[in-house]
Amino acid sequence: MSWFNPSDVGFATRNLLGDLGYSTRLFGKLIALFGVTMKRFGLVRDQIHFLGNYSLAIITVSGLFVGFVLSLQGYYTLQRYGSSEALGLLVALSLVRELGPVVTALLFAGRAGTALTAEVGIMKRDEVLAYMEVSAIDPMRRVIAPRFWAGVIVLPILSAIFSAVGILGAYLVGVGMIGVDGGAFWSQMQGGVDVGRDVGNGVIKSIIFGLAVTFIALFQGYEATPTPEGVSRATTRTVVMGSLAVLGFDFILTALMFSI
Amino acid sequence: MDITTAATHPVSSLERPALEALVTFDDVVFGYGNGRKILDGVTFTIPRGKVTALMGASGGGKTTVLRLIVGQVKPQRGQTLFEGSNIATLDQTGLYALRKRMGMLFQFGALFSDLSVFENVAFPLREHTDLPENLIRDIVLMKLDAVGLRGAQHLKPSEVSGGMARRVALARSIVMDPEIVMYDEPFAGLDPISLGTAARLIRDMGHALGLTSVIVSHDLDETFRIADQVIILANGVIVAQGTPEEVRASTDPLVHQFVNALPDGPVRFHYPGPGLEQDFGSGVKPGSSFLEAKR
Repeated sequence: MSWFNPSDVGFATRNLLGDLGYSTRLFGKLIALFGVTMKRFGLVRDQIHFLGNYSLAIITVSGLFVGFVLSLQGYYTLQRYGSSEALGLLVALSLVRELGPVVTALLFAGRAGTALTAEVGIMKRDEVLAYMEVSAIDPMRRVIAPRFWAGVIVLPILSAIFSAVGILGAYLVGVGMIGVDGGAFWSQMQGGVDVGRDVGNGVIKSIIFGLAVTFIALFQGYEATPTPEGVSRATTRTVVMGSLAVLGFDFILTALMFSI
Repeated sequence: MDITTAATHPVSSLERPALEALVTFDDVVFGYGNGRKILDGVTFTIPRGKVTALMGASGGGKTTVLRLIVGQVKPQRGQTLFEGSNIATLDQTGLYALRKRMGMLFQFGALFSDLSVFENVAFPLREHTDLPENLIRDIVLMKLDAVGLRGAQHLKPSEVSGGMARRVALARSIVMDPEIVMYDEPFAGLDPISLGTAARLIRDMGHALGLTSVIVSHDLDETFRIADQVIILANGVIVAQGTPEEVRASTDPLVHQFVNALPDGPVRFHYPGPGLEQDFGSGVKPGSSFLEAKR
């Protein structure tokens, strides 16, 4: 028997297309549920608290250390060209345009994304979602949509906090430890960072990362095999697919933003 | 409401016109993707205000019957009717309107682990009604009182026993005052006290509230004690149907094996496989078990 079976390829392709179509329809449904979800903002608020508040510690600590390292590495390069006072500008642009949205989204996938997948997967295993279905309560509206929109709202906020704390960390190392002039650090940043082009692009990126990571996490939980092993696999897939989606979208968005 | 008192003065269920059908299965055929028919031409009615028990070996299609009643799956042939309306032809709005008239108790309760006992029972009311908070409180406490758990209203599901969790789920399943409540394995894994309590609650609340109850269970004694009608499903068809006494008296070999919990009969003890002599060598007579051969 041959190791290559064309029917297997056809079967896998058909399954892949089916999954893609199903997930796209689900994504469209969640987008369409924006208005309905916002009418019950209490549900979204609870999820913002859950996703945002509990991710705050890891985001803040990570932002601080990324700022420390960025300051050291940036100073090492800039002082070769005698422009170490541009350290603030370098750090701010790196964080606001790139590292803030990307690292926050990666951390979000690992911290909040896995929690979402596990929570929804266990709700499925415990028949809570089935109970809602047979009780005329749409789980998509009651469980999935509030979590989805909370993730989309939370990620840009966490990203802003990450960047702000990162800049503060860079200031502590650059100005406090290395001895870069504090006035130059802030004035270069103030003069060089454009709110619309730089901060705006960063916000757009983090919104798109929020849509992608939160959707992947919820989809994996919703479609998880309702067993402990199934939920565990779904959680792993969330981290892998969420991280790859962030990096892939980052390249596409950066390329698009460069060309504009 | 005092259930014991209410049970001695049944509101209406037994006085209603005899055996008015609430749910009707008419020549229903259903199977999942693998081609095997789970139900093969099944016809029966679930009378209003009565307790109907669905029994049979695992995989016999009992839970599928419940899924057909709530419209989660559609029959491939035949009709499933609720008060004469074809469930399978309803759109999502119609289906959700129908499901608001139904309650369902899942095997392990399906409670929200992050909500208290009170909030779990209040959940359907908050989702489906705009009742003021004080009214929701009164309704929930009445239902919890009926299942004996008013005092446990502040506890989380993780802080109550399996039997109590089942009672919380029972209170939640009747909080919207449904016409029919379906119980999927309500007695599984319960200790004798909890089991007796659950059975008494199903029977008494059914009488007191005029509920139609459908029970999927393997517990013969308790189920036969509270059921008005028993339907035994096997291999996709109904092999016995009637009152518990009629089913107990059945001479059908499969029903006899099931009712008397015999290990061997039409449902074989041994999973089909190669002969013993093939696996253990000579000295084992064909047809005998390995233990018999050792003796």
